[in-house]
Amino acid sequence: MIDKKFIGYQLKPSSLYLDRTRLQFFAKAIGEQDPVYFDPASAKAAGYPDLPAPPTFIFAAELDSGANDQLLNDLGIPLTKLLHGEQSFRYFKPVYAGDAVDVQSTITDIYDKKGGKLEFVVKDSRVTNQKAELVAEMRTVLVVRH
Amino acid sequence: MSSEIRVGEQLPTLQLGPVNRTTLALFGGASGDHNPIHIDTDFARRAGMPDVFAQGMLGMAWLGRVITKWIPQGRLRQYDARFSGITHLGNTITCTGEVVELLELNGEACARIALTSSNQFGQNKIMGEAIVALA
Repeated sequence: MIDKKFIGYQLKPSSLYLDRTRLQFFAKAIGEQDPVYFDPASAKAAGYPDLPAPPTFIFAAELDSGANDQLLNDLGIPLTKLLHGEQSFRYFKPVYAGDAVDVQSTITDIYDKKGGKLEFVVKDSRVTNQKAELVAEMRTVLVVRH
Repeated sequence: MSSEIRVGEQLPTLQLGPVNRTTLALFGGASGDHNPIHIDTDFARRAGMPDVFAQGMLGMAWLGRVITKWIPQGRLRQYDARFSGITHLGNTITCTGEVVELLELNGEACARIALTSSNQFGQNKIMGEAIVALA
């Protein structure tokens, strides 16, 4: 069982610079075909300052930084038992290539179902940009299968 | 035109090809999700799975394309997904969306979109919801 003392655990802060190459790679990987996600000229023609980050891209910040690995390690969650249960995004400002986002997350709940066969870890995240503006909030529900 | 968004409107469906290992490897690299359960068959089998399987966030990114194909991404206010089933190799995923409600969010006229992702056998993979601004 995951110790409930980890409710309130703060992940280490994560920073992610959004470069065009990475956003183009992500867009390719999800099969995106809209040129605004690949071609800066198309993005500008559509009224964007640069390539927009697709809606789910910012989830990468805590994967890249190792903050997520550290969380799993600290809570004793093996990758072999881990599933992603739910994911939410609230968007306040768009982010584009050339922006940098900072993500700060807290574990806000830990609970179990089916007599402990399934455990759930809820993570709430604030995402700010290089101007310290709130650009998004994320909520992640991780599921641990026993 | 945004003013024509009505409850019951179907968003254009997104039909994907069969999930293969290349797609999973590319998404692993691009998304930063290096969990070997999605890219290393040996690891997946040791974890009791028949083979590697798709990252949940890949499915959510696909479903998100239904929204951004329909309206500019700058109008997306909320996007939620509940992962209800594992997407296996060879699954061909269909993503659909429907306007289910017109509402006001923080003083802004918006629409609620119900989103679903399912495979060729009709098995649901993601139940999603988005809220988009009408203008």
